[in-house]
Amino acid sequence: MSDFVSSGWSIFVAAATLLSLVACLALLFIAARRKVVIRPDGKPDETTGHTWDVDLTELNNPLPRWWMWLFVITVVFSFVYLWLYPGLGSAAGSLGWTSLNQHDGERAKAAKTAAPLYARLAALSPEQLAADAQAMGVGERLFVNNCATCHGSDARGSKGFPNLTDDDWLWGGTPEAIAQSIANGRQGVMPPLAAAVGTAADVRNLANHVLSLSGSAHDNIAAQLGRDKFAACAACHGPKGEGNIALGAPNLRDKVWLHGWGEQAVVSMITNGKKNEMPAHAGRLSAPQIQVLAAYVWQLSRSATKAPQ
Amino acid sequence: MTRVIPITPVAAPPETSTVWLYEKSAKLYPRAVSGRFAFWRWALVLATQLVFYGLPWLQWNGRQAVLFDLAARRFYVGPLVLYPQDFIYLTGVLLLSAFGLFLFTAVAGRLWCGYACPQTVYTEIFMAIERWFEGDRVRRQKLDGAPWSFDKLWRKGGKHVVWVALALWTGFTFVGYFTPIQQLWAESFTLDFGPWEWFWVLFYGFATWGNAGFMREQVCKYMCPYARFQSAMFDRDTLIIGYDVARGEPRGSRARNVDARLVGKGDCIDCTLCVQVCPTGIDIRDGLQYECIGCTACIDACDGVMDKMGSPRGLIRYATQNSISGGWSKAHDGAPLGLRTVPPSGTEPGFGRPGAGLTWRHVARPRVLIYCAILLLIAFGFALSLVLRTPFKVDVVRDRGALARLVGEGFVENSYRLQVMNATEAVQRYRVSVEGLAGAALASGNEVEVGAAQARWMPVALRLAPEAAAAAGAGVHKVRFTITMVSSGATLVEKSTFVIPR
Repeated sequence: MSDFVSSGWSIFVAAATLLSLVACLALLFIAARRKVVIRPDGKPDETTGHTWDVDLTELNNPLPRWWMWLFVITVVFSFVYLWLYPGLGSAAGSLGWTSLNQHDGERAKAAKTAAPLYARLAALSPEQLAADAQAMGVGERLFVNNCATCHGSDARGSKGFPNLTDDDWLWGGTPEAIAQSIANGRQGVMPPLAAAVGTAADVRNLANHVLSLSGSAHDNIAAQLGRDKFAACAACHGPKGEGNIALGAPNLRDKVWLHGWGEQAVVSMITNGKKNEMPAHAGRLSAPQIQVLAAYVWQLSRSATKAPQ
Repeated sequence: MTRVIPITPVAAPPETSTVWLYEKSAKLYPRAVSGRFAFWRWALVLATQLVFYGLPWLQWNGRQAVLFDLAARRFYVGPLVLYPQDFIYLTGVLLLSAFGLFLFTAVAGRLWCGYACPQTVYTEIFMAIERWFEGDRVRRQKLDGAPWSFDKLWRKGGKHVVWVALALWTGFTFVGYFTPIQQLWAESFTLDFGPWEWFWVLFYGFATWGNAGFMREQVCKYMCPYARFQSAMFDRDTLIIGYDVARGEPRGSRARNVDARLVGKGDCIDCTLCVQVCPTGIDIRDGLQYECIGCTACIDACDGVMDKMGSPRGLIRYATQNSISGGWSKAHDGAPLGLRTVPPSGTEPGFGRPGAGLTWRHVARPRVLIYCAILLLIAFGFALSLVLRTPFKVDVVRDRGALARLVGEGFVENSYRLQVMNATEAVQRYRVSVEGLAGAALASGNEVEVGAAQARWMPVALRLAPEAAAAAGAGVHKVRFTITMVSSGATLVEKSTFVIPR
């Protein structure tokens, strides 16, 4: 009833509900009896008095009495229900039930059921978790429910969403670093650096130099010309472009291109920059869940088939 | 000037009285009956209840043979492990039951109601218990009318103790189809049931006690939809419990072994035994009524009376509307059950020669043949699908996050999740391969191991090299996953799509 500002509506709904129930009962008892004509032979007329098509009459074929009591029971049930649960306007009902607290209650119950399991898992090291079939089953389900939307159900990611099955880690691939990424999220920022680099030609040259670092297809002359401009990148990506996991700066020496490969993509990245976010999950997942999930993801990067190099 | 106002006499208002449209239903006291049909009724009671109470206790390879595990969503029926995806088999069973019912009803009327319906069966059992404690019809009527006494108390109390015990056992057995019954049996010693087990044992027990002990014929008369819609399946050649009016009327008492015809009477001596034994309280001599559940108690009762009176049996018998209105009677030529009789007057083609009347010509009428044909068709399809069934299932679900992804330098990947459902009771390995798109290959592992009667999601990535992607062109391409169960070589093919982005 929160849609209505006035309590008048609540009273109106409650009154209409109660009146309907009482009216149902009254109707039942009024309609249960019928005045019939006594026939000349002294017996009451056994028809209901309804006649169709001139002479088609309806016989009184009484239902059993208990059938009527079933109706009464439904009305009594309604009163009990309205007393216990919200239903009369904005009245909360004596049980104080809401869909929210039912949901919370069920969550708490599920958490309680799972508590011994997580208590066992929380005591294990990442290596032990990775070797534990039950832990990995839990991890897989947690991954599918919480991570797969972006990273894909096979964890191989997509454009803008890192592949978690390879050895390339923006923020570090140790179980601790992964747990940190899950719990608190990550903010990846590539600032627009065109101004610091120079002209559009300079940016293109620099892009070719960056491509050359990983041995990708590039224009050799442009790459030579762009070498000096790499100073602008070195602060984060390191003097050799090896990346920096403290800043989430990607390694430029491999062929993992999270946001697209080729000259055009790199030029666009230098010119426009990029912000990329991994959202924090500490509020959604419990500490042991994050621990198990981190171990699962870590284990994926050790075992899964590598992306083509 | 005066004006005379005419006085017209007003008719007195008709006398009225008030009637209730709901009436207190009179309690019935059906009399016990024995005879050849009673024997079959009890045989069916035993057979159906042996199955119902016994089935959950049967074991199959170390598990319950018939178990519907709702929590785990696995349904074990003999050697089969069924998934919710196997719903079609339930549909098949329901179709078979429905058409079986149509067929039996069209041919022989309310066989189900009279012999096999749980309502009839439990009423039969409960009435036997009642008879054992309280005696037959007259004694029960007397007992109900008598004031409370120790005798009445222990008879009524004893009856209810046995009723409740049987009802609870019925509820327990019912729950035993859904939760392992041996475990449930062990729990019952400490009353350690779960809340839903408690609910269903008590609720099903309560329903059994109430329906078989108190509601009885009221269920058939007022609640059961089948009782009402089956009249749509009746025709004039359907077997009903029929009273031979031509032979029976005019009814009236006579001395034993006196030929009724000589005293100007019919064979019915109006002993009302057929009414007293009727579990729904009707008089079958009034003709076919919707209340008649076809239990044949009146046939047994009347046959006994006819034997004593020295008249032929079959005054009340399995008959058809045609045979009754045509006056075909066992008394005329002694044929069993009124079959193969010669009607006295030719109102139907074929009358007047032996074998006319209730013959196969009447049984094998179009609706019966059509029901048979449909029933055979469904039964054949059902059996075929069971024989051809692969003992696993696969669902292919495309990943929702991204239609396609580019990896490395121009490789196109699509990712899928294969839900592999193992319908065997052993750990199985499954191998996945893909065809339908040139150059498409699995980028992930191609084998998965699935536990006994378990389902498992298997992430699968398909990869296409840049040249192959260019050759196929951007758009949606069809691919087929072939999943092979390694141990048996059984395969399933599932269709999906591969997206190549522009």
